Order: sequence, then structure tokens, then C-alpha cells
Amino acid sequence: MIHINQVSKKYNGADMFSVANLSLHVNEKEIFGLLGPNGAGKTTLISILCSLIKPTSGEFTINGLSYKKHKNQLKQLIGIVPQEYALYPTLTAFENLKYFGSMYGLKGPDLNQRINKALEHLGLLHFAHKKIQTFSGGMKRRVNLIASILHQPKVLFLDEPTVGVDVQSKNVIIKFLQELNQQGTTIIYTSHHLNEAESFCTRVAIIDHGKIITKGEPKTLINNHEGAHNLEDVFLNLTGKALRDHA
Amino acid sequence: MHKLLASTYKELLLLARDIGGIAILFIMPLVLIVTITLIQDSTFKTVTDVTIPILVVDNDNDEVSATILNGLKDANAFKVITKSSEAEAKDLVFKGTYQLAIVIPENLTESLQNKINQNVEALVAKFGLEDSQKNETPTVKNKEVRLYFDPATQLSFKSSVKNGIDKMISKIETQSIYKAFQEQLLDDPSEKIFETDSFITFKEILPEDKKDDFIPNSVQHNVPAWTLFAIFFIIVPLSINIVKEKSQGTFVRLRTNPVSYATVLGGKTLVYLIVCLIQFVLMLLVGVYLFPKIGLPTLDVSGRLPLLFIVALFAGLAAIGLGLLLGTIAKTQEQSAPFGATLVVILAALGGVWVPVFIMPKTMQILSNISPMNWGLNAFYDVFLRNGTLLDLLPEIALLLLFFIITTGIAIIYNEKKNAV
Repeated sequence: MIHINQVSKKYNGADMFSVANLSLHVNEKEIFGLLGPNGAGKTTLISILCSLIKPTSGEFTINGLSYKKHKNQLKQLIGIVPQEYALYPTLTAFENLKYFGSMYGLKGPDLNQRINKALEHLGLLHFAHKKIQTFSGGMKRRVNLIASILHQPKVLFLDEPTVGVDVQSKNVIIKFLQELNQQGTTIIYTSHHLNEAESFCTRVAIIDHGKIITKGEPKTLINNHEGAHNLEDVFLNLTGKALRDHA
Repeated sequence: MHKLLASTYKELLLLARDIGGIAILFIMPLVLIVTITLIQDSTFKTVTDVTIPILVVDNDNDEVSATILNGLKDANAFKVITKSSEAEAKDLVFKGTYQLAIVIPENLTESLQNKINQNVEALVAKFGLEDSQKNETPTVKNKEVRLYFDPATQLSFKSSVKNGIDKMISKIETQSIYKAFQEQLLDDPSEKIFETDSFITFKEILPEDKKDDFIPNSVQHNVPAWTLFAIFFIIVPLSINIVKEKSQGTFVRLRTNPVSYATVLGGKTLVYLIVCLIQFVLMLLVGVYLFPKIGLPTLDVSGRLPLLFIVALFAGLAAIGLGLLLGTIAKTQEQSAPFGATLVVILAALGGVWVPVFIMPKTMQILSNISPMNWGLNAFYDVFLRNGTLLDLLPEIALLLLFFIITTGIAIIYNEKKNAV
């Protein structure tokens, strides 16, 4: 499904590569977790795969399409749930979704039906015509998610989709994503919630300093690391306990 | 097309929900145009209710000073206050209580008459018309009319007053010369040998109107200039709108959507163009209906509306192009808002909105040609004051359209380069 071949990214003026010669293969219908400390290169890698930034070197394909040759087809194929609430605060949830759905060429009753169905699924139908600025963090996260899946993407990229939300909202989001996955959507997911990743992902890769330091099924990784009881233990074992503050 | 319409609808909703923004977009330009026109109205009025109080110290108290005083009163621009002391008048003016003091010297009439008589007698004697050489006459000293101006007085006002008084004195001198000749050459003082009326007169010819002749008034000058200023101010909210998209993350989402930046900008262009045209309609309505009610001349738009809308449309496009470019390049609202506002003021100054281009220094006159406001203002004046046709407007509206295409093109290319994948 996704083939990443020797992709590197070095930002202008940076001393180090954010992503360094990274190669990865993600299978169709996988829920693949990209885990790593702050500044490890997770968001950079997702931004490259979503065609938001250009890799310094290397290439990748999604469903056999190269970003260099099939940029618009690729955009139609993928969905991205960004870290921030990428929504218009003064528009209602429905208006936001209608607009972003239209950008994928969706329109009319079909679009309305998709919006209502997703809103209902994520417990937001009653709030469809309320402005986003009145929503709680959890509600905004759910609308943010719906805006990315209206066009039924084959691959969904999620950059920390459950950060700053309450447990109830988190459960609804995870359940919704699992249903999407069962319907055939491949999910690439980054998170700092390692317990969540452990139960949610079929496979994970731990990235540090722009490189994959390990990858595999969560249970296998835990078993392969002596003394590790969960994914967090594996993570700390591999990335260390030092703070990763950087500016 | 569907994506463009969706973008346009979204922009409409965003604007409609921003009450403060709408107030700024529509009410502030109206306040601006009413205020400026009220202030500038007196400049354009031939007969004005506004009179400037000035001081006159009349040490002559004779024919010449009476003529000067009558001339000042007839001008209807001044309220003459007579003072007896030059020192007091000077003090009041230099303190800023009055703009101007005119001090007419002692014996001005008598001295002028003596000087002219001396000259005429000498001339007549030269032609042998006088019997004998007269005795040596004492030299008449030159007299000066002293003018004291408040140091804060504008140069144009000073020049206008000086020219006015100079003209009055010249007229008195000429008439005195004629009178002296008459007395020297004729025995009967009632007999007239000179026609003393002005030989050369002025007539102002105005552009032909299809209907009646019309005289451009302050409204006719101010509405186009300040309407254009208001239209260009749209670059501030428009650039902020684009910067906001970047800061709130919606722009990142749009970049992952299969939609071009041109389409996104297209939606903004359509909405803000509608805003420009509504602004224009409101200003015309104010000019036509409100101005007469507050004592200002009516804006005459009869027969000119289609052309006026064409100019407003293209001026709006030029302003929007600039706003799109600024919004695309600026990273924060703190960059776009002050820069945008200052840029509009500079373009207005360069374009001749405040000071006519022809009185600018040569370099600035050349620079004014690059201001889209100059093109727009000329196009508006073509319609309002020169009775221009669509053909006359073509060069200006072509430039405005070209400006829109170039600025929008640069915005799109800049965005592509910056976010190139």
C-alpha cells in the first residue's frame, strides 16, 4: 500500500536531518503506529506522505501512485487529520464539513448524507448547526476527523488524533477509526499515548532522530524486550529517559 | 466550478459572521467620505459660509486702504477686524489667535498719488505737452503693506492672500495712473479718454455634457478619490483573512485537498469584489441622498452609472489582487495589517488622492504612474469630470486588470514555490 524508499528531510538552516534515509512498507488495511519522542520526525514523515512538504531525497508511493507524477490523484486517495483543529471557528460543524467535502468534489444529497451519518456516528448530530467556536476540545477533534474521511480515503493519516480530549471522546474516536479500518481504510497514526497505540495498532514503528529504531507488532516488540511489560517500557528502553526539549 | 462556488459560499459565511469586520468594511468608508467631503467642501465652494477672521491695521484711512478693505470684504472669505496698533496685531497673529494681519502704511494714498503724479508729469513734459520745467520735486519714498502670517499657516493660503492683495494694489495703481493722465491732459475732469475696464477677461470652459453644463464641486472631486481609498482598504481585511487561514490550520487542510490555490483565491476574490461594489453603491447613495441633506452638493451620477460601475469593478479587482498577494506573503496578522494600511496610504498619496499629481515634485509625478490608485482616480475623473466614454477609460481599466492578474499570479506562484512538493 505505502512504500517509502530512503526518504530524507533536512529543513533549511537545520543542522540535522528530521527524517534520515527512512524506508518503510505499510500494508493495506493496516493500522500502523508511528511512535517517537518529540522531534523524532513523526510529523515530518506524515507531512511528506501527505504532500505537504517535499523530501530532500528519496521517494514514496501510495497505492502505486508516485507523489511526483500523481499529486492530485494521491490527494483524492488520502485523508489527513492534522494535530491542530483545522476548522473555521465561526462556521457550524455542518458548514465546515460541507465545505471540506466540496473540496473533494462531493456535493448535493450524497454529501449531506455522508456528513449526517458521520456526525451521528460520532455523537455530534445534535450539534451539527452549532458554531465550532462553541465546541469543546473533544467535539472539535471529532469534527476534525470527519472532515478528513468524508471522501472515504483509502489511507488515513492521523497526527495525534486524541491529544487533549476526554476519555469518552477518545473511546468514540478510536472505535470509529477501527470501524473505518474494518471497512478497508489503511490508517497511519502518530501518538504519545502508548497504551492506546498498543491496543489500537496492528504494527508500530518507533522513530528517533529521524530513523526507525524498531518496528513490528506491539506484542512481539514487548516480548522481544527483556523486562518490558508494555509498549511504554519498550519505548523508554529504546529512546532513553532524557528530556527531548528543543527549540 | 463547484469548488469555486463552495469556496465563495464559505467566504460569504465567514464575512457574514464577522459583524465587526462588516462594520469596518461598510461603515468606516462612509464615515471617511462624509468627514473628508465636509472638511474639503469649503475649498471648492465659490461662495462660502466659512469666513476667516483677519486683522487689518489701517494707518492710511484713505482711498487706497478703503479699496483694499472693500476688496477683502467682497471676497466673502474674510471677516475683517480692524486694529489700531501694529504691535498688537502682530502679537495676536504670532500667538495663533488670527491667521493674518495686514498693516496698511500711513499716507499710502497720498504717497501713491504723489508718485504717480510725478511720473505722469515727467512723461508729459518729455512729450513737450507741459509749458516749462517744473521745480525739483521731493522723492516719494516707497511704501510697503506688511503682512503678518501665523507661522502655522499653510503656504497655499499665504500665496493666495498675497496674490489677492497684490492684484488689488495693482488695480489701484493702474486706475490712479489713468486718473493722473486724465487730469494732466484734460481740463474737464468728467470727460473720459480712457476705457478703464479690464481688456483681458477669463472664461472657464468646462467639458461638454450631454445635458446641461455642470460645475464640478467638492463632492464630484471627493467621492471618487475617497471611494477609491476605501476600496483599496479592502487589502487589510482580505490579507488578514488569508493569514488567519494559515494560523488556524485550515490552509494546511486545504493543501491536502485536491483543490488549487487559484480556486481558493477565486472564492475570496468573488466575495471581496461584491464587498467593493456594495461599498461603492453605499458611497454613491450617500453622495446622492445624504450629502444634500447635510448641506453638501449632490453627487451627479446621471447617465454615468454603467461607466462608474466598470471603474469600481476594475479598481476593486486591483485592490483584491494586492490583498491576495499581501496575505499570501505575510506570515502573521501583525505583518499584514499595518503593512497593508500603510501601503494603501502611500498608494493614495502617490495616486493623487490627497495632493494633485501635477503639483508633486517631478520624481513623485513619475512614481505616481505606478500607483493603481492613480489609474483608478483618473478613470473616475474621466467619468465624473471629463465626460469620458468607455473608450477613454480603456487604458486605465486595462492597467487595473493587468495589475490584478500580475499580483494574483505572483501570489499563486509564490505559494506554489513555497509549498512545492
